[in-house]
Amino acid sequence: MCKKPILVLALLFAAVGAGRADAEPKVSHFTLANGLEVVVVPDHRAPVVTHMIWYKVGGADETPGKSGLAHFLEHLMFKGTAQNPAGLFTQRVADVGGQENAFTTSDYTGYFQRVPREHLKEMMAFEADRITGLVLTDEVVRPELNVVLEEQNMRVANNPNSRLGEQIDAAQYLNHPYGRPVIGWRPEIEALDRADALAFYKRFYTPNNAIVVVAGDVTAEEVKTYAEETYGKVQPRAEVAPRKRPMEPRQDAPRTVTLADPRVEQPSLTRSYLVPSRTTAKPGEAEALDALAQVLGSGSNSRLYRKLVIDKGIAISAGAYYSGVALDYGKFGVYGSPKPGTSLHDLEAALDEILADVIENGVSAEELDRAKTQLIADDVYAQDNQVTLARWYGAALATGETVEMVLDWPNRMRAVTLDAVRQAARTWLDRRASVTGYLVNSLKTEEKHS
Amino acid sequence: MTTPASPHSLLRRAAVALFALLACAAPAGATTIERVVSPLGIEAWLVHEHAVPLVALDFAFVGGANQDPAGKAGTATLVASLLDEGAGDIDSKTFHERLAAKAIELSYTADRDTIRGTLRTLTENSKDAFEYLRLSLTAPRFDTSDVEIIRAQVFSLLRRATTNPSDIASLHWWETAFAGHPYGLPVNGTFESLPTITVGDLHTYSRRVLARDNLKIAVVGDIDAEAVKVMVDHVFGALPAKAELTPVANATPQGLGRRIVTKVDVPQAVIAFGGPGIARKDPDFMAAYIVNHILGGGAFSSRLYREVREKRGLAYSVYDGLYWLRHAALFLGGTATRADRTGETLDVIEREIQRLADNGPTAEELAKAKSYLNGSFALNLDTSSKIASLLVQLQLDDLGIDYFSRRPQEINAVTLEDARRVAKRLLDHGLLVTVAGRPEGLESIGAN
Repeated sequence: MCKKPILVLALLFAAVGAGRADAEPKVSHFTLANGLEVVVVPDHRAPVVTHMIWYKVGGADETPGKSGLAHFLEHLMFKGTAQNPAGLFTQRVADVGGQENAFTTSDYTGYFQRVPREHLKEMMAFEADRITGLVLTDEVVRPELNVVLEEQNMRVANNPNSRLGEQIDAAQYLNHPYGRPVIGWRPEIEALDRADALAFYKRFYTPNNAIVVVAGDVTAEEVKTYAEETYGKVQPRAEVAPRKRPMEPRQDAPRTVTLADPRVEQPSLTRSYLVPSRTTAKPGEAEALDALAQVLGSGSNSRLYRKLVIDKGIAISAGAYYSGVALDYGKFGVYGSPKPGTSLHDLEAALDEILADVIENGVSAEELDRAKTQLIADDVYAQDNQVTLARWYGAALATGETVEMVLDWPNRMRAVTLDAVRQAARTWLDRRASVTGYLVNSLKTEEKHS
Repeated sequence: MTTPASPHSLLRRAAVALFALLACAAPAGATTIERVVSPLGIEAWLVHEHAVPLVALDFAFVGGANQDPAGKAGTATLVASLLDEGAGDIDSKTFHERLAAKAIELSYTADRDTIRGTLRTLTENSKDAFEYLRLSLTAPRFDTSDVEIIRAQVFSLLRRATTNPSDIASLHWWETAFAGHPYGLPVNGTFESLPTITVGDLHTYSRRVLARDNLKIAVVGDIDAEAVKVMVDHVFGALPAKAELTPVANATPQGLGRRIVTKVDVPQAVIAFGGPGIARKDPDFMAAYIVNHILGGGAFSSRLYREVREKRGLAYSVYDGLYWLRHAALFLGGTATRADRTGETLDVIEREIQRLADNGPTAEELAKAKSYLNGSFALNLDTSSKIASLLVQLQLDDLGIDYFSRRPQEINAVTLEDARRVAKRLLDHGLLVTVAGRPEGLESIGAN
């Protein structure tokens, strides 16, 4: 998932472009008559394009009891339409040397192709056709359900760390659907069928619920023409209801979960705090959380790595992150793995001491400057990759941000003050609104440690 | 800190396979490559591109884990993980702070055949970046405290790998296929070898392997040829002229026909399968590459994808790749499937491989594979990072700076007859198969 949606150069070029009538604006954004939004990010260095469609629907929009349905439908979207029978789209992508794939999160579902530029319109026509044209038979649905069950095995069941992650999310959200795994709970995945998938498809797959992002060797004019000739012909087929999910009650008690598996050779702990997302944060708050995560836990200069791995020598690794691209809630995480001989309990106590210091005293001016330099430079580096750019815009727009918010991110980042970082630490690093997960070899060993 | 690579993971192998594929599949497009030779005679390949204010520098020293001293597997990994932990009179803490203050990204990795470095900098900070790079290569510190931190991290990776089915299947595949050869040893070392590596070993390894005659350099971005000449002499000029490499014997994967099952209590069994490949310089290489693409290289269009995933729903991922190491050629594939259908899954894979060995691909499959390989090249040249790593690989493979323009002819020259003959040559040897999980319908064959 995207860390932070921004684009420094785009901003520079947009500013330059504004003064020159002939300059091509760097990022364009428009909406077709049927409600489909389009974003164009030109990158003329190589004759290729990345074409993505994002639907504003994900795991959190499923009906309770049908977990995994958004993701299952994502798989079934490759099974063909009335106009383009199974396999044809994929074969065309392969014939032109292209790449394709798809992804699902709690808030959105996306599909993309990367192709030589001259094939863009053909890709748009295929993608427009499958907004409403999907045909499903039990012969293709049943093997695909098994594929998804193997994906669940690979991602979760075979992996103790992922199993703990599911338990942490489930404990974090008492009420909000972010507590459900996107891949689904296994017994509920097993019960999904063709009718479920088609009902979900008809409800959410409509041009007025989608965003197309094209990044690469194209102009906004070309994309607009193609979009009107392809996507523009698709009639909206459903009203899009506001995405109002049941929200979390105030959390008054810290929660803990412990996953024991004899295969765990390296214990670890991870704590997750419920925090605002970029979309729900007050002005400046998400950027302060970005800076806080960077100072606390990104790389070997960070406080957690310095203190726990280098100075005290009690951890193998330690870090922190803020994941804020979401409609309703973000997540602020801290984690560490103890060295042999150190208990999780002792590691946690040392970690809490570091957090308490930041809550009390904030971070230093030098730390904040370094954090800003790195975060802003990361985005210049990221411009090297048109797929990354396309994902920033798609994810931001699919979770309620705007193109302007994306473009303005570096300015907001620069404006973060020491006080804002300390305030963010005080407000959000509140144990009462957290879940701590322990990954251990056996419950018995863990009792001894604590 | 450069995080040591996860050991023996099939996914990592998949990533390597992808890289190899890129290396094979690169065409010029609009990209112009300049050969730059410095006053000291150091060569670098350059793509001058000023649209983004960045410089990407990739380089590789031939050597890698195959140069680990006897009994000290993991030396190259430790060296690579420690080269950015302070240099000259700058300790690791200060070194990291200075890099961070200028947003300079510097990292090193070790694989079986090379030590690779990657530098990313904003143009405005490139002078500082090149200076830190020079220091890291010519005056690494290897302070004891840093060495122990990294050693503990590699140990932690090894511990994790002991219960991870992907790591187990991969480890057993490599140690069986290359028993007695450096390629059979884990790149990250072993529980026995790691504790024996001293700071002296790290210095000795660096002096032997970080030299000029085994060095390949690629530069992409906002920098011109004259500046590159000055930079490479400054950064690499003080390295020894000649590396002192221990000769490595050529090897062929062993254990064909064997099937090694390791019990791990997980719901999904992981399978690794493979055998001898075809060398990069072999005249049949391109035909083999196409045959592999048809078998399991093409993401959503290969025979294995269709038979294992699409028709039967046996796995989420199934793939197969050609590898050309400096001293061995092989093909290696993998999948993961539910315990009670593991036997069936392996049967399907073996059947498909044998069918392709016996009958070769169809004319239509050959045409589609060629079309894909010809069309896909532009996609491998759309970021500075991809271009830089590709140019290093082309130099390591000794394919010539004009390879991009030769590549389409090499692809188009492969006939159906070639493809059939090479399918037989590549795939008719039987497989070495390793499995980790609690598979049903499948027993060890020829295990010790």
